[in-house]
Amino acid sequence: MYGFEAMTFNIHGGYLEAIVRGHRAGLLTTADYNNLCQCESLDDIKMHLSATEYGPYLQNEPSPLHTTTIVEKCTLKLVDDYKHMLCQATEPLSTFLEYITYGHMIDNVVLIVTGTLHERDVQELLEKCHPLGMFDSIATLAVAQNMRELYRLVLVDTPLAPYFSECITSEDLDDMNIEIMRNTLYKAYLEDFYKFCQKLGGTTAEIMSDLLAFEADRRAVNITINSIGTELTRDDRRKLYSNFGLLYPYGHEELAVCEDIDQVRAVMEKYPPYQSIFAKLSYGESQMLDKAFYEEEVKRLCLAFEQQFHYAVFFAYMRLREQEIRNLMWISECVAQNQKSRVHDSVVFIF
Amino acid sequence: MERLPPMDLMRSEKMTLVQLIIPTESAHRAVTYLGQLGLLQFRDLNAEKSPFQRTFVNQVKRCAEMSRKLRFFKDQISKAGIVSSGPAMQPDIYLEDLEMQLAEHEHGLTETNSNSEKLQQSYKELLEFKIVMQKACAILFSNHGHAVSEERELEDMNSKGDYVETPFIFQQETTTEPTNQSCLRFISGIICKSKVLSFERILFRATRGNMLFNHEPADDKITDPISNEMIEKEVFVVFFSGERARTKILKICEAFGAHTYPVPEDISKQRQIINEVSSRLADIEATLDAGTRHRNKALASVGDHLEKWMDMVRREKAVYDTLNMLNFDLTKKCLVGEGWCPISAQAQIHEALQRATLDSNSQVGIIFHSLDALESPPTYFRTNNFTSPYQEIIDAYGDAHTAGLIKYRDPYPFGVDPSWRGSRSELAFLNSLKMKMSILLGVVHMNLGIILSYFNACFFGNSIDIRYQFVPQMIFLNSLFGYLSLLIVVKWCTGSQADLYHVMIYMFLSPFENLGENQLFWGQGVLQVFLLLFALIAVPWMLFPKPFLLKKLHDERFQGQAYGKLNTTEMDPEVEPDSARQHQEEFNFSEVFVHQMIHAIEFVLGSVSNTASYLRLWALSLAHSELSTVFYEKVLLLAWGYDNLIIRLIGLLVFSFATAFILLMMESLSAFLHALRLHWVEFQNKFYHGDGYKFKPFSFASLTDDE
Repeated sequence: MYGFEAMTFNIHGGYLEAIVRGHRAGLLTTADYNNLCQCESLDDIKMHLSATEYGPYLQNEPSPLHTTTIVEKCTLKLVDDYKHMLCQATEPLSTFLEYITYGHMIDNVVLIVTGTLHERDVQELLEKCHPLGMFDSIATLAVAQNMRELYRLVLVDTPLAPYFSECITSEDLDDMNIEIMRNTLYKAYLEDFYKFCQKLGGTTAEIMSDLLAFEADRRAVNITINSIGTELTRDDRRKLYSNFGLLYPYGHEELAVCEDIDQVRAVMEKYPPYQSIFAKLSYGESQMLDKAFYEEEVKRLCLAFEQQFHYAVFFAYMRLREQEIRNLMWISECVAQNQKSRVHDSVVFIF
Repeated sequence: MERLPPMDLMRSEKMTLVQLIIPTESAHRAVTYLGQLGLLQFRDLNAEKSPFQRTFVNQVKRCAEMSRKLRFFKDQISKAGIVSSGPAMQPDIYLEDLEMQLAEHEHGLTETNSNSEKLQQSYKELLEFKIVMQKACAILFSNHGHAVSEERELEDMNSKGDYVETPFIFQQETTTEPTNQSCLRFISGIICKSKVLSFERILFRATRGNMLFNHEPADDKITDPISNEMIEKEVFVVFFSGERARTKILKICEAFGAHTYPVPEDISKQRQIINEVSSRLADIEATLDAGTRHRNKALASVGDHLEKWMDMVRREKAVYDTLNMLNFDLTKKCLVGEGWCPISAQAQIHEALQRATLDSNSQVGIIFHSLDALESPPTYFRTNNFTSPYQEIIDAYGDAHTAGLIKYRDPYPFGVDPSWRGSRSELAFLNSLKMKMSILLGVVHMNLGIILSYFNACFFGNSIDIRYQFVPQMIFLNSLFGYLSLLIVVKWCTGSQADLYHVMIYMFLSPFENLGENQLFWGQGVLQVFLLLFALIAVPWMLFPKPFLLKKLHDERFQGQAYGKLNTTEMDPEVEPDSARQHQEEFNFSEVFVHQMIHAIEFVLGSVSNTASYLRLWALSLAHSELSTVFYEKVLLLAWGYDNLIIRLIGLLVFSFATAFILLMMESLSAFLHALRLHWVEFQNKFYHGDGYKFKPFSFASLTDDE
């Protein structure tokens, strides 16, 4: 139905699009962040947040607050928003919304498996999991000894099952394996999500392919930087890159052979959209890269709201809220540890 | 103007901007008394400060903390199902005492809660143990019983030689005989009913099918100590073999939150354990009951005061929120506040402030005086139970700019000679009659609106509006539509056959042509020309002079004022930067002119479309009468035509429902809505600007529960 969304979109998607735009209007503004950055204590932060949409979630918290409580409650708000939207959604929007959580699911699987490997308590690990990526038998992950078991025991019931086809080996789990598994899963997930969005067509496909391509490229860069100096071979590295995005395929060939950050930079600067990101960094630096990528992402996510009748707004809203919660966590942490001078290091203003 | 009767219903109370200078020691009390009085609206003098930068932020925080504790109590009380025995009489306590009391209560309550939680936990575990013991025994024994027959069956099959691989079932039978040296063992435990299926599936996968899973629902529901909900659980027994399988199963149990309890295989030992557990359960139950009684008593004592305390904390928070709107003066000894109040209430406020000074033994009185305001005051109507709904309807359109008007809508009573009923030309006659009546009503209504704008202009002392807006508007409306009304009345009186459409249309198209047979009275042609001329003059009259005059006035007022302005700022250094007294007016001529142009065009076009809009009265009446005719003739009379009681009854039923729901409910709703629209749009746009803002005094009475 390319080009005809305006005619039929509102039948099923209109209400939820209105809801999500309403939620977006509740995101913290620069003025809010400026006020938050001036806070002296976590109580001040609570007080300021009580005037925002987080108010009802924080009002019943007893007074010596902790950063984790704030983050937990704010995440709860996001989860509530998400669940409400998911309840109201019809196909194919509900599938689209479910796709958004698969990333968290992968992270949770990796978290539990790594934790079990290091003999952490399962309950403790479960508390650290992102609530959006929870599934029924997640705790059972601790039982598995190798990939094959992991898949056969637990993951075969989850939506992640198809993504596993490439990483079923009988090797025992270790940190390296798990990291490769995470990236393989993520690659399969992104490609699947990309294909799904292409199938939806219209504005959704247009905007989502841009957003997902950015995500894929960012992961490619991160994989490259993180694997420099490890025993990962070039071929293995290239296998982890998603098969779409701006860098695909020639950029991937070049990234696969990079030996240090400046080579990565040289590769990326050939692509105009990424030139501006790397232009902000000095040579040899990779610390601020995350923030630069986040800023670019937020910019793109905000642009998704400029068009109507498509699903990318849901994806954008979820991502923006997550960024906002990351910001709040950083600000709270800085305030709690009396490091207010560093507040601006990692906060990405959304508006 | 002075001779007019007071217009209490139509005009806002006279408001004044007042300044309060309150010594710090009596500030809290003064604001409290003002809150009880509820007649003063404070202006926020710290609007640019964020909430935690204000003066009384700590007190506000403390109040928020207290209301959190109170909410906690309320929650606990409703969970415990205690009904308050009504508010107990209790002497007023100070906030500090209340804070301490609350902290004490909360501490006590959380301690009892945590104690009882521990007890609940062990109670739950024991209860589960007991249930597992009972159920698991049943499962084990039933297996034992089956085993004999199964064994026989197996032997049969073995003898036939077509069933070879049955080691699993074979060994299971041996489990109940501890003497047998078998590696087959079992784990028993309890799990939530909702998880049983996936639990079994995972077990099956983990052991590659080498296990037997038995489960049976528990008889009692078990209370979950965290959520306090009753949960249905199931007892399970898993048979398996091998040490690796055992660790796996235990891990899976842990992951699923299933509690495992060892069940001894010896029957006498089982009995003994069950007895022990039962007696311990009884002990714990007694302790728990005592604890609950104690806790409920404590909660009930809190519950008696809860309402009062909540109210008190709410008020206190409101007081500090208000105090946060005030400024410190330069010496930091006084708080300076500004606000709006009705002039008539000044005496009451003054009295309240004096009381506050006396009660707090302050050496210095509170200074209370009026200021000149350039900002327009809020709008305040004194309403009573009867008038307030009408005022709400008006406010829904926009708050009056200190000059609203409450209007009562009456039904318009009219009647028609009943001999028209049933005649062939009934509809044609009624339509023409109703249309003309609608127009007459509309013209009168709009004229009334314009006349009200005259009173508004008088009230604000605005002669420009009278001369360059009211007068041309009257002329324009009446020379066209007033003339039409005149024609209608003359036609009615003389019984003439003149075609009024024709007259009105040709009045514009060819004003000098002879009217011919459409002439209603002598000199009509000449009158028409004059009226048309008046209407044409009225348009530029209402368009051009006003903006130019305003510009001239503005220029005069600010001519050579450079000195004056400088002086005032130097003389008034203590004026707060955002005070209502300081209000720089900028005159933007093009904006004023465009505004005036829009208004003039709106009026000219509006007078045509508004008059047409009054025809909705006719349309409504037509729809109503047609609908009632249809229901009467096509339902009731039709049904009555049959000589069948059932049909008649059905007809009567349909007719009465249609009458009640369509004719009475829906039609009167639509009549109300149309009347409302005529009132809001056609009537009020002549005089009502609705650009004021509502008077919201600081008042305890208006504090709501949800805060």
